[in-house]
Amino acid sequence: MSEKKIMLGNEAIARGAYEAGVKVSSAYPGTPSTEISENIVKYPEIYAEWAPNEKVAMEVAIGASISGVRAMASMKMVGVNVASDPLYTVSYIGANGGLVLVAADDPGLYSSQNEQDSRCVARVAQVPVLEPSDSQEAKDFTKLAFEYSEKYDTPVMIRTTTRLAHSQGPVTLEERQEIPDKPYERNAAKNVMMPGNAKGRHVHVENRLKQMAEDACSFEINQAIYKDTSIGFITSGIPYTYVVEAMPNASVLKLGLVHPLPRKLIEEFASKVDKLYIFEELEPLIEEQVKSWGIECIGKELFTLQGEYSANMLRERVLGMKVETAAPAQVPARPPILCPGCPHRSTYSVLKKLGIHGAGDIGCYTLGAVAPLNVIDTTVCMGASISTLHGMEKAKGKDYIKNWVALIGDSTFLHTGVNSLMNMVYNQSTGTVLILDNSTTGMTGHQDHAATGKMLNGKETKAISLYHLCKAIGVEHVYEVDAFDIDELEKLVKREVARDEVSVIIVCAPCALLKSQATKAKCVTIPEKCKKCGMCLVPGCPALTKNEDGTVTIDDTMCNGCGLCMKRCKFDAIERIE
Amino acid sequence: MTTKNIMIVGVGGQGTLLTSRILGGIITKAGYDVKLSEVHGMAQRGGSVVTFVRYGESVAEPIVEEGQADVLIAFERLEALRYAHFLKKDGVIIVNDQRIDPITVVTGAAQYPEQIIENLKKDYNVIAVDAMGEAKKLGNPKVFNTIIIGVAAKRMDFDKAQWLEVIKTTVPPKTADMNLAAFEAGYALG
Repeated sequence: MSEKKIMLGNEAIARGAYEAGVKVSSAYPGTPSTEISENIVKYPEIYAEWAPNEKVAMEVAIGASISGVRAMASMKMVGVNVASDPLYTVSYIGANGGLVLVAADDPGLYSSQNEQDSRCVARVAQVPVLEPSDSQEAKDFTKLAFEYSEKYDTPVMIRTTTRLAHSQGPVTLEERQEIPDKPYERNAAKNVMMPGNAKGRHVHVENRLKQMAEDACSFEINQAIYKDTSIGFITSGIPYTYVVEAMPNASVLKLGLVHPLPRKLIEEFASKVDKLYIFEELEPLIEEQVKSWGIECIGKELFTLQGEYSANMLRERVLGMKVETAAPAQVPARPPILCPGCPHRSTYSVLKKLGIHGAGDIGCYTLGAVAPLNVIDTTVCMGASISTLHGMEKAKGKDYIKNWVALIGDSTFLHTGVNSLMNMVYNQSTGTVLILDNSTTGMTGHQDHAATGKMLNGKETKAISLYHLCKAIGVEHVYEVDAFDIDELEKLVKREVARDEVSVIIVCAPCALLKSQATKAKCVTIPEKCKKCGMCLVPGCPALTKNEDGTVTIDDTMCNGCGLCMKRCKFDAIERIE
Repeated sequence: MTTKNIMIVGVGGQGTLLTSRILGGIITKAGYDVKLSEVHGMAQRGGSVVTFVRYGESVAEPIVEEGQADVLIAFERLEALRYAHFLKKDGVIIVNDQRIDPITVVTGAAQYPEQIIENLKKDYNVIAVDAMGEAKKLGNPKVFNTIIIGVAAKRMDFDKAQWLEVIKTTVPPKTADMNLAAFEAGYALG
């Protein structure tokens, strides 16, 4: 079989896992990694699941590896932080069945809260890193990662970036290798990481990296291509494609393995080129090591630490070319916004009216931080809304947070928010938490989670009740309210923020984009009744436009009939047509 | 052949991803090497989105850079203007003549530019279509993007029968007939 198919980078990684004989995959959704699991689940030979967070996903994969099968965990780069506790230690344990972690970085911050470089995490965790440049390599390197994992007794990281994960290119498909399970043998010295055993394993870790660095000089994926030797590039991943595009005649050392580095190969390459450039997005991981060996090279002096690179960057900064382009037009920005009919908009319209500050979290609802809603004051990481609110109270006293709430989504609450809520109960907080329950993981494109009643494979399962979970933790005051019942929500928020005890308000309404929410109604304006007060426009629904005469038009292709504008109109100038 | 560079731009949620999938399909069918680059995640929530499509004998880089695009397919007027500088001097713009106000305009922080299409025509070869109006005539506003594909197809070197085949196999089966009709309508306009 040598069928060719156009595949997204993430789809190709899933295919690679399939062909490598992987049997277990666990992940938490996060852009740009989500489609890996969404594609893996299509292969019935692989058990694939959504875990509540990346630490759990990593540990599931570790368990499967220890038992003797090939296993994978995938996540975005900030998820790697959550999974770093098991990662740092499983580095010592190594692998029985191949163990691979896919870490998806986001240079350019398309959908993330920071721009960290997972290669640095892997270096500290002493885990090898493979970095593919296109969909074909994404598949091939995934298979290779499992081989290296077993050969060197190590977990292996595959590092991708948004541009690779979300680019499509042709991939040659191959058959699945049926890998027999490795026998499991009780081996406390290897698998029980307490001090005495870990000391021994640390020796293994150092030796393994040394061995691999030596072997890497002859790995096929580390490829020195000699052309014009007046300029040489050491590069990897997507930046390699920019070098090929802008400077097809330059000599290139393309690294498929970016940690550990093949020192001898690099020294040889450096000695053969007149001027050496290191072209790597984000941190100078390769550059600093190469410089520490006394090799002269140019890197971050010329190329930024921020954002994505491009071929034009090379044309301008290396070749000194002026890239002639028309000046970009001065146009209004179009930042992302909450969708028409989004239940978060309804919730935020109430909080805005009450002048409430929000300690925010990670999800679509983070968009409540911007105009015209301006409800969210802080966003750090998954689960941080509840704990930061608690910290504010402990710093400034309970009266200080009487006009604050924590805002967290259902999936995020189960990810790590629940731990923070335990802390609130335990340490006698008086804060109010709003769980914005839209019955899905919204921003990453509708993934199920432990409270939706469905698994990754679409099969039904037990749905964890957020209400009973909060009750069980010890929160006395837990309420459920419809996100579009703005009068009731207002009453509840006013009452609960005033209360000197911890409260949870679960604000329910499914994401407007879920198929089950297919539009059944439309809102329309009645211009004769319109007093042009603009109250309907305040929450910033994109389906509404203000006409020149001050009246309002509702776009019938965008409106989903949520009725928020209608409820806000005091003059009955908006009606809903079923 | 030299690599062809196409950009599809629009507002998150307008269906640029489906369009790029159809383009990817037709390009592969013709036997070219191809790279497509998309935007997923937060930017899809009503933000400005861009998809790059590059095809030829051998394609390395997945993105189209400023000054390199042969064709700009814009699902909304303002987005055509935003990305016009990505075009080559003789580049073609196919634009859906629709206005969607960004939140910056809704809140009054910015003005929606006037006369976008007229101004773009000064520098580029612009084909403006009221795809939404045409789609409503067909009874389904959602297929406006397939109408635009039809318009674009008229200007590309692929066989019409192959386009129809790719559309049929790419869109959800239930919507196939509607999308094929939309493509035909666009093709007739192009």
